[in-house]
Amino acid sequence: MTGFWSVVATMMWKDVLTELRAKEVVTAVLTFAILTLVILNFAVNKETQFTPIVAPGVLWVSFTFAGVLGLTRTFALEKDRGNLEGLLLTPTGRDALFVGKMLGGLTFMLAAEAVLLPFFAVLFDVSPFQPMLLLVILLATLGFVAVGTLFSAIAVNTRSREIMLPMLFLPIVVPVVIGAVAATSGVLEGRSWGEIARWVQLIAVFDVLALLFSAFAFEHVIQE
Amino acid sequence: MAGKPRGSMAESGGREALAIQVSGLSKAYGPRLVLRGLDLILQWGEFLTVFGPNGSGKTTLIKVLATIARPDAGEVSIAGFDLSKDATAVRRNIGVVTHQPLLYADLTCRENLMFHGRMFGLKRLDERIEQAADMVGLRPHLSRRVGTLSHGLQKRASLARAILHDPPILLLDEPETGLDQEALEMLTAIASAGDRGRRTVLMATHSLDRGLALGDRVAILANGRIAFEEERAMVDEATLRDIYGRHTRVAP
Repeated sequence: MTGFWSVVATMMWKDVLTELRAKEVVTAVLTFAILTLVILNFAVNKETQFTPIVAPGVLWVSFTFAGVLGLTRTFALEKDRGNLEGLLLTPTGRDALFVGKMLGGLTFMLAAEAVLLPFFAVLFDVSPFQPMLLLVILLATLGFVAVGTLFSAIAVNTRSREIMLPMLFLPIVVPVVIGAVAATSGVLEGRSWGEIARWVQLIAVFDVLALLFSAFAFEHVIQE
Repeated sequence: MAGKPRGSMAESGGREALAIQVSGLSKAYGPRLVLRGLDLILQWGEFLTVFGPNGSGKTTLIKVLATIARPDAGEVSIAGFDLSKDATAVRRNIGVVTHQPLLYADLTCRENLMFHGRMFGLKRLDERIEQAADMVGLRPHLSRRVGTLSHGLQKRASLARAILHDPPILLLDEPETGLDQEALEMLTAIASAGDRGRRTVLMATHSLDRGLALGDRVAILANGRIAFEEERAMVDEATLRDIYGRHTRVAP
């Protein structure tokens, strides 16, 4: 069997090169997320004491729905020209295909988040560039993409995949989004590590379970 | 006609094993039974053309043999490997061409072939890409993005992808669609594959004249079973057309 990390690297190389040429996923994700931030910014009065409470929710609403959009598009690009079948014809482990696809999705989502954070900082007058918050974003995005990659592989074979993915996926990923909102709120309010730690631990446990289950289940959901 | 497995190209489950052996294969999509206890044997080096109308199960048969679709019942062995137990070894021994090119539109032909070559863990990849491109007449187009190619050139690129890892067995689902008159010679060249013996080919097609021109043996798939099977030399076009009409009630 072809080496695991060689397959993962090849999958990532293909996904990044395709995205650099087509710019379909990151463009769609960024446009949607920036619009969400701008619209919700008008709905929140920044002069009130509620801003630190509302801002983390706004950030993760924009990340979550933009992420769903990106995940749907990532697998749709594989399916539309039959390339998913092309992947299945290769003598590679399906777990390697999953990890490659997931890391590609993670790269796109982190890139989009890196562009969104300055917008968030300016619009909501907060300081998101703190190591603890960056760790929360990294961990939460990892869990989000791990489950999302599995569920977009399921949804892509359904007739109405744009509707099926959020319906299947969002209820499962709620714990990681709640944990991310709570941890983000804690960091922005300047709380201690002890107060934030339980939310970070929740996200980390979710990540481990999501990675293990998704890698195992991926083979069964992509086969016709 | 039937040769030994081409040992230098890929591993084989056993040198005396048949190239393809299918027994009692059934496959349903929901309530619709597409393949109904199908039996099929291909010796090494044989070229079998399978004719059948739309919905007869040709594509499903190719998908099951290619490990893309799981069979519901029956046994399938390819190059001596059991499909249900050793699908990875089966994939190393087959090259597949389907209706769709299975190529990324935004990557060039070379990049697409590079991607598939790396997924197969191939050595000397640049050399292999150029050999495969030469075989299907794609060399001048290697630097072009697949999405900008005509349907015929995309089909050639798809054929290059299928033979890149030099598989001893080819599964072709209507490979001639969109190809010009050079297609017959090209497919013949791909099947013969130089001085290392012939590839084993299973080709599903609607085209009676091209199928007859290429096949050593012909079969008609109707209602999910092989309804007719004969050596090519033993059947002429008029007879086959008549038999096809009787089994399928459709003119080929």
